[in-house]
Amino acid sequence: MSSNEHPAKPVVKEESFGYDRKTIDYIRNAAAHGLYEIRGMGAKRALPNFDDLVFLGASLSRYPLEGYREKCSTKTVLGTRFATKPIELEIPITIAGMSFGSLSANVKEALGRAASEVGTSTTTGDGGMTQEERQSSKTLVYQCLPSRYGFNPDDVRRADAIEMVIGQGAKPGGGGMLLGQKVSPRVAAMRTLPAGIDQRSACRHPDWTGPDDLAIKIHEMRELTDWEKPIYVKVGATRTFNDVKLAVHSGADVVVVDGMQGGTAATQTCFIEHVGIPTLAALRQAVDALEDLNMKGKVQLIVSGGIRSGPDVAKALAMGADAVSIGQGVLIALGCNHDSYWQDGAHHDATTDYAALGTAPGYCHHCHTGKCPVGITTQDAVLEQRLTPEVGARHLKNYLKTLNMELTTIARACGKQNVHHLEPEDLVALTIEAAAMARVPLAGTAWIPGVTGC
Amino acid sequence: MERMSFDLAQVTLRELNSFLHKEAPAKGVHQVVVANPDGAHNIAVGLDCPVDVEVHGHAGYYAGGMNKTGTVTIFGSAGTGVAENMMSGRVHVKGFASNGAGASMHGGLLVIDGDAGLRCGISLKGGDIVVGGSVGSFSAFMAQAGRMVVCGNAGDALGDSLYEAVLYVRGSIKSLGADAQIEPMTEADYATVKELLDAAGMQHDPHDFKRVASARSLYHWNADADQEY
Repeated sequence: MSSNEHPAKPVVKEESFGYDRKTIDYIRNAAAHGLYEIRGMGAKRALPNFDDLVFLGASLSRYPLEGYREKCSTKTVLGTRFATKPIELEIPITIAGMSFGSLSANVKEALGRAASEVGTSTTTGDGGMTQEERQSSKTLVYQCLPSRYGFNPDDVRRADAIEMVIGQGAKPGGGGMLLGQKVSPRVAAMRTLPAGIDQRSACRHPDWTGPDDLAIKIHEMRELTDWEKPIYVKVGATRTFNDVKLAVHSGADVVVVDGMQGGTAATQTCFIEHVGIPTLAALRQAVDALEDLNMKGKVQLIVSGGIRSGPDVAKALAMGADAVSIGQGVLIALGCNHDSYWQDGAHHDATTDYAALGTAPGYCHHCHTGKCPVGITTQDAVLEQRLTPEVGARHLKNYLKTLNMELTTIARACGKQNVHHLEPEDLVALTIEAAAMARVPLAGTAWIPGVTGC
Repeated sequence: MERMSFDLAQVTLRELNSFLHKEAPAKGVHQVVVANPDGAHNIAVGLDCPVDVEVHGHAGYYAGGMNKTGTVTIFGSAGTGVAENMMSGRVHVKGFASNGAGASMHGGLLVIDGDAGLRCGISLKGGDIVVGGSVGSFSAFMAQAGRMVVCGNAGDALGDSLYEAVLYVRGSIKSLGADAQIEPMTEADYATVKELLDAAGMQHDPHDFKRVASARSLYHWNADADQEY
């Protein structure tokens, strides 16, 4: 019998786990260009998240409310600790800080219109406040960032709340980044920079260095606004238990915790994927910190970073957040990653524009290029016409309404007349990781890894 | 009522600042004198009218912060962030200033008769700073626009990551920061230094000053620079 009768043809090609095609692609790119990748969006890798939790609806041991008829309040008040004019919202879902510069003026206006219609707040971003967003937003949170681009006392006085931004979930420890192609003459003028240069914001505030200094800085903002406006402190999720305690120590009315799924318009991929902790883990630590200080309910907590759906909102509230903030989901509602855009009464295919960026609808993270095929993350005069404030506002309003209806549906099923009555006891986890991070029992057991014995 | 006095040993800072924000512009008060500041933070922050505030003693953090059209004179020394984010008007420190003096100022004139600490003029976005003495390290860090005159010496890393701001230094510069360079003085520079010294009430020969500005090599990030600037 010759050895050729049964030729050893391999039927399986084995891809290396450590050196998979993604890794090979990364190394080849690094070797070819000597550059790290910069991109938009938040962490893309699989992380324990709110999908790993489920609610224990009412049954014999709990009493539910009628599906959509019985009243279920979603009213949310933020900034009750020191501010004489707290923020009152109709829904506990707010729009996260995103800059004019990263987004077009049309988008900023759409965010304001939709938020005002559903009774929630929008937030400025690096680069200051635009007239469009102030006029269109009933409730506008004004960020004070390390760069202080465009920061001025008139806008502080015009704002409804001030957010001291220490960091963001996509890049805790890093400053903002706006590449030259998006630094249009208007953006440049607002930031006092030459047009067209790469704009890398400072990562540290210029006039304070630690929590004791921050306390004085916050006091300055209070004096400046005659103690009227709530002061938020926003941190990217890392050492969240300590950071939330320090934010409370510094005098925050509201603490905003942004997990690593939180988006960005431009950051190094290594930063997005490898710095920071998941929102689920950060939220548990933040609530622990507030409870440890006996500040739960006195200092409000907003959580952000990968909140996409009504169930996500409900789970965040059940774990102890007072409200959530959404950035990426909001942009997707406006048409981010959609295969077409609506202009002059018709749909127009955008796939060739995605292809020109080397991507496709559903995969795009090219916000940093300023060539957004659907006209959202751009300063280009032609592209920005692809999203009008009217169309954007209508879609966003629908999205926010949907989330809120889903939220109340779940709250009623758990027997709550107020979404803020959702509690950790309403939740169980589907995975051991989520059980450990969220510190709720694995479904069907009493086991919370690290807390209770198995 | 043209002149008002506040003794911070007797009344609270809140009363002072509330008066400066509301009553001062409404009643046309031109001068407010603050006694016994005793290092209080946030004195006269957020001025929004052409009122003249005299602080007799030492001020804490952020004195005259975010000033717009007001004049603040501190007959003493000032803590961190004096005149931070000033938009217009004038802040004059007769003594010394601590860290971050004039941080992210957009306009107006900050005069410091004595020395200033670390990071003087950090993130400067406009306006003018004149320091009679020396400035500490990392001064004018990431300064974007505006002018700074230092009559004494500058510490380490002066003008690190400068954008379009221009610095004039009379004494020695311990070291320049990334992308900062010494450039030849032109007639326009001499005139600028003289104008700013005159505005600050200081007398030096403009010809003794050096000009420091951005080499603009960091405006677009260059991987081949191997992070050595």
